[in-house]
Amino acid sequence: MTIRIEFSKYGKIRFTSHRDVARMWERALRRSELPMAYSEGFSPRPRMSFGLALSTCHESDAEYLDIHIDPERAGSIDLESLTLTLTRNLPDGIVATRAEKIDRNTPSLQEAVTSCTWQIDVTDTDEETAAGAVARALAADELVVTRRRKGKEVTDDLRPQLMGIDIIGPTEDGVRMVAELGTKPRSVRPSELLAVLQPPLQEWRVTRLNQWIIDDDGTRREPIPRRTSASAPVGAT
Amino acid sequence: MASVWPRLEHLLPHVQKPARYIGCEDGAQTPRHGSGIVSWLLTYPDTYEVGLPNQGLQILYEILNERADAAAERSYAPWSDLEILMRRESVPLFSVDNHLAASDFDVIAFNLSAELVYTNVLNCIDLAGMSVRSIDRTDSDPLIAIGGHCAYNPEPLADFVDFVVLGDGEEVVGDITEVLAEWKHNGKGTGTREGVLRALASVPGVYVPSLYDVRYEGAHIAEVSPRFGDVPERVEKRTIADLGEWPYPRSQLVPLTEVVHDRLNVEVFRGCTRGCRFCQAGMITRPVRERSADQVRTMVTDGLKRTGYDEVALTSLSTADFSGIRQVIADTVSGPGCDQVSVALPSLRVDAFTVGIAAQIQRARRTGLTFAPEAGSWRMRQVINKLISEDDIYQTVESAYSQGWRRVKLYFLTGLPTETDADTMGIAEIARRCVRLGRTHQRSASVTVSIGGFVPKAFTPFQWFGQNNTAELNHKIGLVRDATRRDKAVRLKWHDPKATLIEGITSRGDRRIGAVIEYVWRRGGVFQEWSEHFDHDLWLEAMAACGLDIDWYVHRHRREDEILPWDHLSAGLHKDFLWQDWRDALDEAGLEDCRWTPCYDCGACTGYGIEHVVASAAPPAGGSQGTGGARAPGVSSRPAVQPRQVVGVAGS
Repeated sequence: MTIRIEFSKYGKIRFTSHRDVARMWERALRRSELPMAYSEGFSPRPRMSFGLALSTCHESDAEYLDIHIDPERAGSIDLESLTLTLTRNLPDGIVATRAEKIDRNTPSLQEAVTSCTWQIDVTDTDEETAAGAVARALAADELVVTRRRKGKEVTDDLRPQLMGIDIIGPTEDGVRMVAELGTKPRSVRPSELLAVLQPPLQEWRVTRLNQWIIDDDGTRREPIPRRTSASAPVGAT
Repeated sequence: MASVWPRLEHLLPHVQKPARYIGCEDGAQTPRHGSGIVSWLLTYPDTYEVGLPNQGLQILYEILNERADAAAERSYAPWSDLEILMRRESVPLFSVDNHLAASDFDVIAFNLSAELVYTNVLNCIDLAGMSVRSIDRTDSDPLIAIGGHCAYNPEPLADFVDFVVLGDGEEVVGDITEVLAEWKHNGKGTGTREGVLRALASVPGVYVPSLYDVRYEGAHIAEVSPRFGDVPERVEKRTIADLGEWPYPRSQLVPLTEVVHDRLNVEVFRGCTRGCRFCQAGMITRPVRERSADQVRTMVTDGLKRTGYDEVALTSLSTADFSGIRQVIADTVSGPGCDQVSVALPSLRVDAFTVGIAAQIQRARRTGLTFAPEAGSWRMRQVINKLISEDDIYQTVESAYSQGWRRVKLYFLTGLPTETDADTMGIAEIARRCVRLGRTHQRSASVTVSIGGFVPKAFTPFQWFGQNNTAELNHKIGLVRDATRRDKAVRLKWHDPKATLIEGITSRGDRRIGAVIEYVWRRGGVFQEWSEHFDHDLWLEAMAACGLDIDWYVHRHRREDEILPWDHLSAGLHKDFLWQDWRDALDEAGLEDCRWTPCYDCGACTGYGIEHVVASAAPPAGGSQGTGGARAPGVSSRPAVQPRQVVGVAGS
């Protein structure tokens, strides 16, 4: 049996890495005494699969992992109390928010998620400058970045993956915006977007607000659908 | 006391592994500070990954925070990338619990477990915003303390620290807190610093270097004398009589990011009386104090449940010697819900009994087993009193390979007293023969040999020995390397002899070495235990600049009548016991473990009115390592001196 769990990551703990979070989950699952399914081999590990990595220093409302329960010992797992139990066994700053049983054939999170919505706070700028940079990016035909990959220079066009971007308003020392960035063929990071803007903007706090899956019928939904309808895509208003 | 977090969090996105600086571990505390509360900043002067698992620091962190009159937080040396930003933005050294500035604390106490971190101690004091020399500090500055194994020769740091704590910290931190609470209650007024140091000097186990004058005659120390009548002539270490009364840490810290030894640790006993003559830990932590098997079981079960770890290490200086070890392990790996738990035994004896235990705990994955014969010949092992016969080694290794292990790791020291090329070559011979034995059981059998250069330490029988120089160590390592080069199944690793040399400077240095440490630190020499930062030439330059002779400090044999820099301190061991043991070493005479034989009066028990706490009156079965059973020839009780043994006849 597979259970998909949604969790948030906030505060000082944002400075831990994706791998650190994976280890926290391993310990939390053991502490919760869940009847996990274990991998085969010399050093069996509890079977779980994480979704897209969250960069160190970023916060999130929308992280996901799938855990695999030993079907013979599954019994009746109460999903409501499961999130409370998990949160109690996770470090401060990580909260299990929702859980849902998923079908065995459900595509993995890494495959299924096509875009993410990010709240991006930038510093050392004002609303007008940021709005200008954003407008130029949206008007551009291409946004070319060069990066090093395995020792070679690779160029990518980020423009197709910039699905929308809105200025929300001023913050204490900068501007808040919200952007939706694609994850196929690879995840575009908010820092890459900020660096390619004209002028480039200085990142301060970044929060992942949503991850999005497009169903076969074209419906756009979160990995665990909310009962209330999902918010409209960024830039659609 | 204001938090530096709002300033620090802007720096963390720009450094490697920022999780090292956030605290938030499971088990972390949020101590409350206040006027009547003595605040301690327990600092490990190396990176978080190395320092976080330190059990000594975690034990004191809990004990102090349980007291109504104390609050303890933790700090670790920031890595160079953060240090640059901290200096640029004027962010001081901080605690990881409440992120308070180090200068807000009453005491900054450093745990010292290796000599090469000394320059980091100066760097941390400087990052805290204080003068590194105690004489330049003001009444409002925190007191700087050191403890841990290196504190047994604190003289190289004498000019930088205010007080030194010798021995077990469990009880003495309370005594110190009471002295400081009174000082704090009286307002820590101007000119009261010497007074509080005088009061601290009267606490047993506390040494205040500034209250002693050192007089030299030529290069030698002529006299170390207390400056006041109420200051003790000799400072004795502290020893807790019963480890069972101190079941700490109760809430071991579970780090959020990767650290060394990332597992539950349960200390099963403290102290060791095997009597290995090179081993400072075994000499200064006597006597043996075991926990009861029941307490160990409880600490393991509760610890695993609380932390969520799936691995527990049973720690001590020689865990196979723990009475009832088999039962404790059996209960751990077969307890309810323990089907995935693995047990680590970090220091194992070389004998068949040990392999039996290992088989019990590594049921599935048998990749590597580690043993420490320490020397390549029986003669050499008698000198160092590591009484393992050839038969022990080969039977142990064969038994490991035959039970499915593919790799055996062997630790050796080189540069030992009286070591000849033949002794050194014995390391290569053991490695090759182990591979041959292994091949009869496993096609892919291999041996990893790890060689460390020997550094003589204070309060050991080898404290008088002139350390080998770099050329000698390179020669010896070269011998083993050449002899094993063609054997692909032997993997050889060694400690850089240049680092061994520098460790030797501070290991037995006196107060004059302080200037060398400061010279190296002022020229950027920090994180010297990290190979990418280690700067051998800078140390040589510092020795020359201070007019000090490396040969004299490191490579010279000391005489019996020489006043050693740490002679006014005591680890309980009588100096004449150590000297006799040194003579016995040169005579190649071994000395049995006193846990199961009559007392040699080394002083560690008799001097303090304590004794061994050992559940089993009989030595563990199997092997000949200093035990009464299948005893190797040459093992004697003092004063008999045995004739030289020929390699190969041992272990009858």
